[in-house]
Amino acid sequence: MTHFLETVFQSVFWSAVIKVVFVFALLLLTALILVWFERRVVAFMQNRVGPNRAGPFGILQTLADGLKLLFKEGIRPRKVEVGLYLAAPIMAMIPAFLIFLMVPIGAPIHIGETTVTLQGADLNIALLFVLAMSSIAVYAIVLAGWASGSKYPLLGGIRATAQMISYEAAMGLALVPVVVFASSQIAGGSLGVGTMSFSRIVALQAGSFRGPVPGWFVFSLLPSFVIFFTAAIAETNRAPFDLVEAESEIVGGYHTEYSGFRFAIFFLAEYINMFNLSAIAVTLFFGGWLGPGADLPYVGWLVPIFWFLLKTYALLFLFVWIRATLPRLRYDQLMTLGWKWLIPLSLAWLVVFVLLQGVRVFGMPWS
Amino acid sequence: MSLSAYLPIAIMALLASGFAAISLGLSRLIAPHNPTPEKLDPYECGIVPLQEPVQRFPVKFYLVAMLFVIFDVEIVFLFAWAVRFTQLGWYGIGAVGIFTLLLIETLVYVWKRGALDWNVARRSRRRPAVVEPLTEKAA
Amino acid sequence: MDWGNWFSDANNVVFLVVALVMVAASVRVVTSPNVVHSALMLVIALAGAAGLFLMLGAEFVAWTLVLVYIGAVIVLFLFGIMITRAPTGRDPGRLDHARRWPAAVVALGTFVTIATVTTLAFEDRPVSGAVTSGGDLGEVLFNRYVIPFEAVSFVLLAALIGGIVLARKDPER
Repeated sequence: MTHFLETVFQSVFWSAVIKVVFVFALLLLTALILVWFERRVVAFMQNRVGPNRAGPFGILQTLADGLKLLFKEGIRPRKVEVGLYLAAPIMAMIPAFLIFLMVPIGAPIHIGETTVTLQGADLNIALLFVLAMSSIAVYAIVLAGWASGSKYPLLGGIRATAQMISYEAAMGLALVPVVVFASSQIAGGSLGVGTMSFSRIVALQAGSFRGPVPGWFVFSLLPSFVIFFTAAIAETNRAPFDLVEAESEIVGGYHTEYSGFRFAIFFLAEYINMFNLSAIAVTLFFGGWLGPGADLPYVGWLVPIFWFLLKTYALLFLFVWIRATLPRLRYDQLMTLGWKWLIPLSLAWLVVFVLLQGVRVFGMPWS
Repeated sequence: MSLSAYLPIAIMALLASGFAAISLGLSRLIAPHNPTPEKLDPYECGIVPLQEPVQRFPVKFYLVAMLFVIFDVEIVFLFAWAVRFTQLGWYGIGAVGIFTLLLIETLVYVWKRGALDWNVARRSRRRPAVVEPLTEKAA
Repeated sequence: MDWGNWFSDANNVVFLVVALVMVAASVRVVTSPNVVHSALMLVIALAGAAGLFLMLGAEFVAWTLVLVYIGAVIVLFLFGIMITRAPTGRDPGRLDHARRWPAAVVALGTFVTIATVTTLAFEDRPVSGAVTSGGDLGEVLFNRYVIPFEAVSFVLLAALIGGIVLARKDPER
């Protein structure tokens, strides 16, 4: 058995296929759990019970809803432009699934002589890839809005695009200090080569920050995390930034004309994106899969995965908590927050951080 | 780097789009299909749609996209610098500092010109239009 | 050149496929009657260019191309289309192709010029040993090309000021 697994994972192709299928299944399962998780948590926060009939604690509710949508009529309005209208949900799916390939979900596993990384693809430029993919995700929304040939989707699509690109700029700027910090952490700040690879960024957080406090980047880069997380909520179009689908103003926004399973695909992509961004925040700021207990016998390889999921779900809880607490912003407030607060703040933080880090690593510029 | 690092990405792109396409096709097969003219109208909260969707959008959206292009270019340069932060030292910080300063200046300029103001344009304070009393007209 | 040998290298075949897709997409960019479709075809052509950079091992440049061009510049184009006239859904604004022949001549001339210049400049030198990783790029950019790099920020500032002057009236005094 071990020998067989070893042979499989030595083959580049088959190990890629296995990892991809695993990540794919994980993301689908996560989306199912996440929708239920959100509904339950929001329900308890609003003093309701929430879905509790299908399966234990109602955990199969999302599956039931998904199956229902599969059997629903997919109305394709007369005025849509067929090709792009049908392609838009698929375009929403692809970046959502690709981003998670970058995230390491556990410590590398040793099968015999072979080391298997629990990561879909370990690119050197993972951070750039993630930003590129989230900018591609804009297309699904703007094209869904445009191809629907209807008023509200068009308004929703344009709004969504402007919102997403605004907060993407803030997100990108907030991530620069992370790379700077990672570069100066390598080899104790001597002339090392920096990195944007997620696996190495996780490895850099293994030490301790001070005493028992772990060396997670969040302790040194808290403003970056706050800006990243705020931008992440806006990127996924979640409350309080869900103006894209503000029911009271523009009905369903870009997916007004989408019904049945086409709508379900958009919905799925949104929840997977939420999970992706939480997972990336955990990887960059909270030490990824690092945690105690990875040297336990037999279950040692499962412990890092447990820590990773625990941290990610803690952030997802924050997502849901924020949604249950804050009312929706007005569009001008949204743009003001993005351009007049988040971007200047991230620029200021970048300048301050880089100067401090420069003094710490290189000494005073005149010395 | 070799292209084999991109193999999982290619497989995932195929799998994700395949899953979406197949499930949409399956839904098409098993779901009822019963279009009526009213059902196929663009959504308009139940009213019969009379107008085409809006033909023009505020130019502000365009300005946001333009500003975003500039910030995007800046971010890419910053990343290229950040991975060599320790090697470039104060020299690198200086070079990137000049660049960032110009970016900040761009932002300040745009801000001062009001391109970031999304609230309803402050209407010029003209005298309020005199409203003719309706009763006299009616009489 | 021996074509049999050329085709037996998988890299060459992939290159050929990507290049053909790019050419087809580029032709559709100018012949499509619908502006939005043109913009999307341009996305495909740019994605092909990113693919070519990946094949050369220039990861950083490839993803920068996706991030900046596909993620920002084409979105700007789409906004430009939508704020002027947004022909939604099945009602595409028909584009005027009346002056297609002069345009074709200009395009051909540009192509010949660029192709000749690049082939002459590179001669038969292979591109191996080029700057590939993001870090190396940073080093080269900040040492050898630091003046052009700073100039870029001026160009960007000028572009934005131009855009604002065109797009916005002066505030009333």
